[in-house]
Amino acid sequence: MGIDNIIFLLAVSLGIGLFVRNSKRLSRAILQGKSIGKVDRKKERFLHMLRLAFGQQKMHKNLLVGVMHFVVYLGFILINIELVEILIDGIFGTHRVLSFLGVSYAIAISTFEVFAVSVIGAVVIFWFRRNVLIIARFRSAEMKGWPKLDANLILVIEVVLMLLFLTMNAADYALQLREEPQYPSSGHFLVSSLFAPLFDSWTTSSIVLVERSAWWAHILGILAFLNYLYYSKHLHILLAFPNTFYAQLTPKGQFASNEVVTKEVRAMLSMQEPNTAQEIERFGAKDVTDLSWLQLMNAYSCTECGRCTEACPANQTGKLLSPRKIMMDTRDRAEILTKSNLSTSIQEATLLDHHISREELWACTSCNACVEVCPIEINPLSIIMKMREYIVLEEAAAPADLNAMMANIENNGAPWAFNAQDRMNWVND
Amino acid sequence: MAECIRTQEVPEVLFWVGCAGSFDDRAKKVTKAFAKLLIDAKVSFAVLGQEESCSGDPAKRSGNEFLFQMQALSNIEVLNGYEVKNIVTTCPHCFNTLKNEYPSLGGNYKVLHHTEFLKQLIEEGRLTLNGGIFKGKRITYHDPCYLGRANEIYEAPRALIKKLDAELVEMRRCKKDALCCGAGGAQMFKEAEKGNKEINIERSEEVIETQTQLVAAACPFCNTMLSDGMTQKGSSVSVKDIAQLIAEAKDL
Ligand code: SF4
Ligand code: SF4
Repeated sequence: MGIDNIIFLLAVSLGIGLFVRNSKRLSRAILQGKSIGKVDRKKERFLHMLRLAFGQQKMHKNLLVGVMHFVVYLGFILINIELVEILIDGIFGTHRVLSFLGVSYAIAISTFEVFAVSVIGAVVIFWFRRNVLIIARFRSAEMKGWPKLDANLILVIEVVLMLLFLTMNAADYALQLREEPQYPSSGHFLVSSLFAPLFDSWTTSSIVLVERSAWWAHILGILAFLNYLYYSKHLHILLAFPNTFYAQLTPKGQFASNEVVTKEVRAMLSMQEPNTAQEIERFGAKDVTDLSWLQLMNAYSCTECGRCTEACPANQTGKLLSPRKIMMDTRDRAEILTKSNLSTSIQEATLLDHHISREELWACTSCNACVEVCPIEINPLSIIMKMREYIVLEEAAAPADLNAMMANIENNGAPWAFNAQDRMNWVND
Repeated sequence: MAECIRTQEVPEVLFWVGCAGSFDDRAKKVTKAFAKLLIDAKVSFAVLGQEESCSGDPAKRSGNEFLFQMQALSNIEVLNGYEVKNIVTTCPHCFNTLKNEYPSLGGNYKVLHHTEFLKQLIEEGRLTLNGGIFKGKRITYHDPCYLGRANEIYEAPRALIKKLDAELVEMRRCKKDALCCGAGGAQMFKEAEKGNKEINIERSEEVIETQTQLVAAACPFCNTMLSDGMTQKGSSVSVKDIAQLIAEAKDL
């Protein structure tokens, strides 16, 4: 085992070690949320996940974008198969260990290369859509700064990784043509062979240098990208799966019910013995720790694509509410709370008021457009409702009009100040 | 319903009128139209009358889970007391709440929206409909959020419009993509938050874009929002519930 094999092993272990650490941090962050109880209909959920996360069903609404997104995704997965070979080569000092497969090997590499080119093409178009075309959802207030940089960084990293892959192959192919003993013939590479002639006037040692550099940069890049995920909206490539698995299967109009309230109300209506033992938890959500872990996972899965905000009637009519911002704020706050030694002022800077304002919450019409349109079944509405519940039940701070409406329901069983006696008046009107 | 108990009659269905249907002037007309259709189709139905109380939807969407459950549990007590099995309602909000949110509180009923029920009556041949005054007219349809996205009922109302022999003209955003009228989530009962436009105006403009003279609604709140929108836009497009259209077509 040579020195480079040892360096390789160290790099891979470091990359994977950091990834494990990030994963633990992520699950700690998500598990700050409350339990969601037993999960039913597992088989149905599994199929649902296959359709939405793997099949990306909802992405195909805009066919062109859907297909390009699918190409990038599939390309990325396929090219990562190549990682198996890179790992073996790196550890044992072999070169293109799988090339003994002959024609199948060349076909596989050629396929990966075609995908690499398609990925580059798609990513360039994505970059153009995001930065040049005026597409409102990419230009909202919450997309300034890091979110915008993050989105562009991902695109750049993807192009760079693909280019490295192609460069590595082209240099390799050039060396194969020179019948370098280190570079045994591995068949015809469909795309990179076209670029191999570029190396014609180069010395063999410089081509080897290019090949080796590209090989190392490619694997190190992948390891770095793996660890970048945690800080990025790109986390959706992993979380889209559990996210769609746990998505709500019942009708969207069915909002969560609060069992603690049921017990209390039953006691009040004296349908049951009042249970005094029950420690009253906080109603609704003031901070991320009052939300469920599923809602927090939703937040970490959000791709910040803004389809929800684009569909939101409140947002379209200039209100402050943006469902995407609800998810981004939730993630930001959950992330802050994972840090140790927080100052009291930060601890007290709760999700409500310090990240999400009441004005945003009260602008929602509960129309479910955001939930319907989200490609990975995120539910911003459920967070909005939980936070309204806190404002109303813990602070009694609903807008005055709504307080009047609720007083009417309490007093005369209708949201307006009409007398219950008059309920049948329509008959004679 | 109390009347039925006295006469020991078991009605086929309970018509849940809803608060808007009982008190709102526009919605009361829908209530009447639907009741006429039920009578015409010889459906035996009952209403709760003074024993009906708000389903709790606006309380729940405002965040008042307490008040919602108070309403729900007392309504369930009344409904279960009368051993109600089938409910039909002209309000998608009541429909959604009764159908989806009452079961976990002990209220299990077969709940239908009036558009589903009317479609069923026509299919069973109990309600007949032959074109009438809407024959050949261009009509557009606004999907209520709580009927459409919330419960995925897109076809029943459309089927009824087609039964009128009318030409259904879809809006730019319809079905799953339909734009809200602006009233849901208890917005009906409050001033909108600060913005640069009212949601109902945005939707009314989409109605006007279709160049139809009539928009069919299936929810009392959408009905109000769109009617107000049309008035503000100075448009002559009329807004009517599908039940009203059918009743008019049948000259009831
Ligand atoms: S449910 Fe609320 S946040 Fe979501 S699209 Fe409708 S108004 Fe916007
Ligand atoms: S919630 Fe869904 S639709 Fe909205 S930005 Fe995130 S991923 Fe996109």
